[in-house]
This record gives sequence, C-alpha cells and structure tokens, in this order.
Amino acid sequence: MANHDIRLTVRRGTVHALCGENGAGKSTLMKILYGMQKPDEGTITLDGEQVTLHSPSDAIARGIGMVHQHFMLADNLTVLENVVLGAEKLHGIGGKARAKIKEISDAYGLGVRPDVLVEDLGVADRQRVEILKVLYRGARTLILDEPTAVLVPQEVDALFDNLRELKSEGLTVIFISHKLGEVLSVADDITVIRRGTTVGTAVPSETTPKQLAELMVGSELPSPETRESTVTDVEMLKVDGLHLSATDPDGVVRAVLDGISLTIHKGEVLGIAGVEGNGQAELVEAIMGMRDPDGGTITLDGADISHVATRKRRESGIGYVPEDRHRHGLLLEAPLWENRILGHVTEKPNSKRGVLDNKAARTDTERIVREYDVRTPGIEVTAASLSGGNQQKLIVGREMSHAPKLLIAAHPTRGVDVGAQAQIWDQIREARHEGLAVLLISADLDELIGLSDTLRVMFRGRLVADADPATITPEELGSAMTGAATGHLEHTEDGEETATGGEEAAEETAEENATDEAAGEGDEK
Amino acid sequence: MKKFDKNKVILGFAAPVLAIVAALVLTSIIIAATGKDPFHAFEVMVDYGSKSDSQVWIINKATPYYLSALAVAIGFRMNLFNIGVDGQYRIAAFFAAVVGGALTLPGIIQIPIIIIVAMLVGALWAGIAGLLKTTRGVSEVISTIMLNAIGASVIAYFLKDGRLAEKEGNLVHTPYLPDAAHFFEIPTTPKPIYGFVVVAALAGIAYWFVLGRTRFGFDLRTVGQSESAAHASGVSVKRMVITAMLLSGAMAGLVGMPTLLGVSYNYGTDFPTGIGFTGIAIALLGRNHPIGMVAGALLWGFLDRTSTQLEFEGYAQEVVGVMQGVIVLCVVIAYEIVRRYGLKMQQRKVGEELAAQARKSDKAEVSA
Repeated sequence: MANHDIRLTVRRGTVHALCGENGAGKSTLMKILYGMQKPDEGTITLDGEQVTLHSPSDAIARGIGMVHQHFMLADNLTVLENVVLGAEKLHGIGGKARAKIKEISDAYGLGVRPDVLVEDLGVADRQRVEILKVLYRGARTLILDEPTAVLVPQEVDALFDNLRELKSEGLTVIFISHKLGEVLSVADDITVIRRGTTVGTAVPSETTPKQLAELMVGSELPSPETRESTVTDVEMLKVDGLHLSATDPDGVVRAVLDGISLTIHKGEVLGIAGVEGNGQAELVEAIMGMRDPDGGTITLDGADISHVATRKRRESGIGYVPEDRHRHGLLLEAPLWENRILGHVTEKPNSKRGVLDNKAARTDTERIVREYDVRTPGIEVTAASLSGGNQQKLIVGREMSHAPKLLIAAHPTRGVDVGAQAQIWDQIREARHEGLAVLLISADLDELIGLSDTLRVMFRGRLVADADPATITPEELGSAMTGAATGHLEHTEDGEETATGGEEAAEETAEENATDEAAGEGDEK
Repeated sequence: MKKFDKNKVILGFAAPVLAIVAALVLTSIIIAATGKDPFHAFEVMVDYGSKSDSQVWIINKATPYYLSALAVAIGFRMNLFNIGVDGQYRIAAFFAAVVGGALTLPGIIQIPIIIIVAMLVGALWAGIAGLLKTTRGVSEVISTIMLNAIGASVIAYFLKDGRLAEKEGNLVHTPYLPDAAHFFEIPTTPKPIYGFVVVAALAGIAYWFVLGRTRFGFDLRTVGQSESAAHASGVSVKRMVITAMLLSGAMAGLVGMPTLLGVSYNYGTDFPTGIGFTGIAIALLGRNHPIGMVAGALLWGFLDRTSTQLEFEGYAQEVVGVMQGVIVLCVVIAYEIVRRYGLKMQQRKVGEELAAQARKSDKAEVSA
C-alpha cells in the first residue's frame, strides 16, 4: 500500500507544499491526482465537485497539470513545437499558438523564447517550458514534482519567483519537495506525508525547519557533518592530467574532461560539486574504466590502472555507487540476491572457480539486508519492487561488502529517505575512518560540505575551483558551479557573489536522468 | 517467503496453460468455421499421436527442434535475436557432410570430427553477424536473416554434381558417410529412436549449467537484462555479443546432426529446412527454459505428426499450421500479460508487507 487515509485540502490561489521523505508516498498521491493511478477508496473533490480521474487527459480537461520530475520534452524540436505537441487543436501550430505562448510567458514572467531548440536550453529553461506546456493546456492547478532537484540555488530562487507570479494570477500550485528550507520559503500551506499517510499540516510562518523535519521523519534529523579529520598522507587514488574527448550529437568532438588532476588519500573524502553534465559522470566512468581516457593517468594504490578493464578495477578494490542506479547499479527484474552478485561475480562469496555459489550469495544477501536495513519481505523479490532508498541501501551494502580501497559515490543519497540517508552517511564516515578513500559527487551541497574533507568544483570538464568545506556556504559553492568564480574560494561574510553565468552553465546539463526519484536531499541541520 | 515461491510457480505455469487454452479455443473456432467438428479433430490427434510409432516419430522429430530452440535461446537470454539458426545449421550440416563423406576413419574419431566441423562452421557463420554487430552496429536480425539467404546460395553452388556433390537418380547429394560414421540408435519397435537424443539431452544440461550456474552465464544474462548495468559491472558487452553468437551458432551446428548421422548420411537437396524458425517458436514456447523447451519441442513434433492424420480424416491439413501459429502468438501475448501482472502483484505485495511492518514498528517506537 503506497497511500492510505490521505487528507489534503488545497486552497485556490496558494502554493501548497507537500513534503515527506522519499518513499513516503508523495509521488503516488500525485499520480492519483493526475489520473495516472486509480485510488482503491476515497474521493477527490475539485471546486466543490466530486470528480473521478481516469487518465491524465481527464485531469487536464479539469485544469490539473503536472510538471514531472524528469522533463518530457523532445530535444530536437523547438519550444513552440514542444508546447503544441499533442495540443494542436487548441490554438493550431502556427502564429496563433506562438501568440498564445508569448501571452502566457509574459503574463507569468516565464521568459520563454518559442523558436529556440529545446536541446539548446538549460535545465531551468526547460523547466519553464514544461510549466508553460501545462499552462497552455489550460491548467489552473499545477502539480510540480520535485522541481528543484535539478537546479542550483540561484535557479531555485528564480523558479520561486515564477511560482509567486502564478499564485498572484489566481492559480493553484502543489509543490512536492523534501527540502525543508525551500518549502518554508515558498509555501502558503504545508501538508506532511509519512509512510503513505498525511501526518500533519503546518503554516510556514509558525514553523521552524526543525519542527517540520520532525513531522516528516518522526524523529530527529541527521546531519552529514563529519567530526574529526581522518585524512592520512597515503595516496590512494591519483588522477593526473586526465583528458577525455567525446563526440556530441552534432558530430563535434569536444573535451568532456580536460586536464583533471586530483589526489585522494586514505581516509579522505573528496567532494566534487558542479551542475550536472559538466563532466562528473565522465570522470566517474573514466575512473571505473567504462570510458577509456585519451590522455593522463589514473593510479590506484600505486598501480597504474589508466587502461585496465572495469572488472579488474573492481577486483582491485574500487566500490561503485552509481549515479543512476537503475541503469548502472541494478538488474531491475532480477531478484535481490542476483543483484548482490552483480559487479562482483568473480569475488567471494558469489562464485568459486568460475561456478556461481548461489547459496552463499543468498546467505550474504540476507546479511546485507539485515545489516543495511534494506526493507524488503525477502531476497527473492525483484529489485524493481523496492523503493529507491532500499535499492540504494542494497547497493551500498554490496559495494561495502568487498572491502573497497576507494569508493566512488555518485549522488549516494539521491532519492533516498532521511533514515537511509543517515545510514549511508554513517557508512561512508565509518569506512573513511578505517582508511577508505571516497570520491563523492553530489548535487546536494549540504551533503558535499558536510561529508567532504576537500572540495573541488567542476565546470565544463575542468576542475575550476577548490574550497574548504569548513567555511564555505552552499551559495558560494553555487556561484562557482556556474563558472562565476574560480580558483580557491574564500568565504566572504556578506556572501554577495552573484552567479552571472548561470544560464550559460546550465546549457551543458542536457544529461538524461532516469532514476525514479532523483532529488538531492538538502535538509536543514 | 513461501507464498512468493508458490505464486511464482503458479505464474510460471499460468502463461503456457493460458496460451494453450486460448490456442485451443481459437483453433476450435477456425475448424468449426471450415464446417468440421473441432472436438473430433482433437480426438483424432490425441488418438493417433499417442500410438507407439507416433511416439518414436515425435521424439525423433523433436530432437533437432530442441537443439534449434537451444541455439535460439542462447541468443534470447542476452537479448540477441538470432533468427539465422536456420542458415547456420544448414551450412554447418552441409560442410560436416562434405568432410564426413571424404574421410574413412574409425567411428569413434570420425563422428566427433563431423560434429566438431558442424559446430565450428555454425559458430563461424553466426560469428559474422556478431562481428558485424559489434564493429559496424548492424542489427543481428538483419544480418542473420541475410546470412540465411547467403548460406542457402553457398550450399546451392557447391551442391552440384562435380563440385562437392554427386548425382543419384533425381537427387543431388554429398557423398555418403561411411558406415562407421553412423550414430548409434536406441532400438525400439517399430522404428528406432536416434541416438542423438542423448546428445540433445546433454546439450540441454550444458545449457542449463553454463547459463544458470557459471560466472560466464551470469555475465551473459546480465548483458541480456541491462547492457548498461553489465558494462558498469565489468562485462565487456561487445565481447559477450560475439561469444554468445559463436555459442548460439555452435549449438545450431548440432541441429542437422540427428538427420545427417542418423537418417540421411548425406546432405542432399532433400535435407530438412526451416528447423531454425521452428526453434524460435519453441524457445518462445518454452520460455528459454531447458525443460520448457523439451515440452515445446515435443508438442511441435506431436502437431506435425497429427497433421497428416487430420488430412486423412478429411480436415484441411493447414489446420495444424494455423494451430502452431496461433499457439506462438498466444504464448507471446500470454507471457507478457502474466509477466506484467506478476510484477505488479509483487510490487503491491512488497508495499503491503512494508506498510504492515511500518505500522507495527510505528506503534512500538518512533522509528527513523
């Protein structure tokens, strides 16, 4: 059961935040409201009239629109074409449609340019196109599913301005998030969901982040802060002058990694900040051996592994928590114990002399399920039937089970509930204490600042800045992520570094993102 | 835990049962539409198909079918659609027959040589498709079906009097294998069962073991389930594509052997064709499962056997062909329905159990 006894009342002309940890049932509730799933019981009342929504088109006809977490845009079409696609009957596909788009865009301050190709747009612009698409179809109630997950702080502020604009025009916005700070700053009302049911409502002006957090998780909030430094002077991973070129869809060869040099010592967590799509994924794949670099060296524990096969690297002690667990970390239709074998098929206890040891793998899966608190009725269920957080715990458990020397953690707590997040942070800290070197890539700046011993900022395939996690603020990091600041970032008291290069930087973030619940957790401490 | 397993078993059987029931209903309607009594037709089929000489016939027919299904299934397990098994087994059998006909060695050496030649030729022929896929990105569906045509032409070229074949009456065929190269038979009345059924059984066991129980098999299945996950887990996807095609082709090489070593002792213009395509249907029917495909191969043999008798009884002979087609369609549809239903049910179940757990722990303590 994903939802039960949900009570939600949204007033017209307000921004209503729906918050809860991941896996709490927010997305299911939204799917019901948008007609994608049918409730077993209960009613939905819209403007005093009880309605039954059979499909999204039903919902659209009643003025409910949804902006999905993952954008549903055709890259090779223009904004205008994307907006009219499927809604050609409304205003045609020509001048009338363009005029309408202009009108909506101006009315709500969206600043959408109708004739630009979507592939040339940054994430924030794409999101505005999505919003416009929904408005174009006559929506009066907008559902935004985790809209800030992919945005840098400055873009989030711009989005909130748009939302306020919508609200002032009498539209209703349902805003799903688990970032408490954002919720408190933009919402008029807040409803909290925990374990599939509504556990309370709050008024932002009378609520502190802490109270809200406790409502959300039913207990104290964890914080990602590491206490004492465990950094040693033994080099574990050394990347020197790494260069990687890739051919983009237009056939132009360009450097996605350019002169990357970094060193991670035993017991050190090196965090890499950056807007997604600036080469972080490629860096990880180069270190994992999934892409062959065309220059530079990678040294693990004194051994040159620049061109060694992925399996050898895994065997020699690299643990990998991939960014996109559905594509790179799991076999969704295979049972949990087969997923436990994945990536470590040559290692104990999974096989002996080329033959699988299913029994030992099953036993060990049960251990992981127990020790890492993977919530599942058994190890024979498919990975797809677990929630994102539990899938992630399984992956972390699996990777930690082979005593890695280096852990590559790409967005390790993305789409993971707060409880699991705390556990994963604990695991990383504990392993680091025992001498593990960690390469941490995250969109969650609090997580980066809290966990890392060293911070680097990646922009357009280069490491452009570094910072001391002890003093830096998320805002300062954010401006370096957009390319506005380089070199060693110093904390300034007024924190007035503005991000002028925001639009430009975001243009390179056209990375597809297939995780179900992609969202950086940005909880207040 | 137990409950899940029981459901799994039920779901496992649900698809083939559903498919066969649906197929029976549909064929009944078709037979009735031709103005005949469908129930009498089924009676005739069961009656005739269960006679002892029919049983032997069915097993002998099912042996190459099963091998062909195995060859197809190796590809299916990693999402490769090798529809070229047909061409692979024919060209393999042809060259094996040529080599076999040219040698006179003791059987214990000659028979393995013939089989190995067949497997090698089959593997090479399939390997071309694998190579094209990994180096040039050519879909194996296109390349294997083209290779079928090319294979047929190659055989047609060499299968001429004075090239690699000789003439005997109206027939052209490769030289006969020496008597020593005849495979053993299992003596049954009125006709014997081909000894190659033993090889087919061994091949089935090998298929089960290699794919299900070895690292290599795990890697292969991983590629089939998710290429990206396989890549990240350290499997070289390209190498795996080639290896799987080679294995599939080698298995296809065995398909012609029961006929070559047990019946015809040569490759002639009358050598059976089309078994590769039957193998696709049987692999689908048997869900790539080593036992399931045995059932599928036997069912197919049974249907083949009874088709002649139906004609004898005044039914259109094509009825069986229609039945086979309908079964395959029903199977594909039924499996997909049952698979989706199973996934949904499992997800629901996981959700329910977790909610129940959560409610319990909620009462006990405020958990994180």
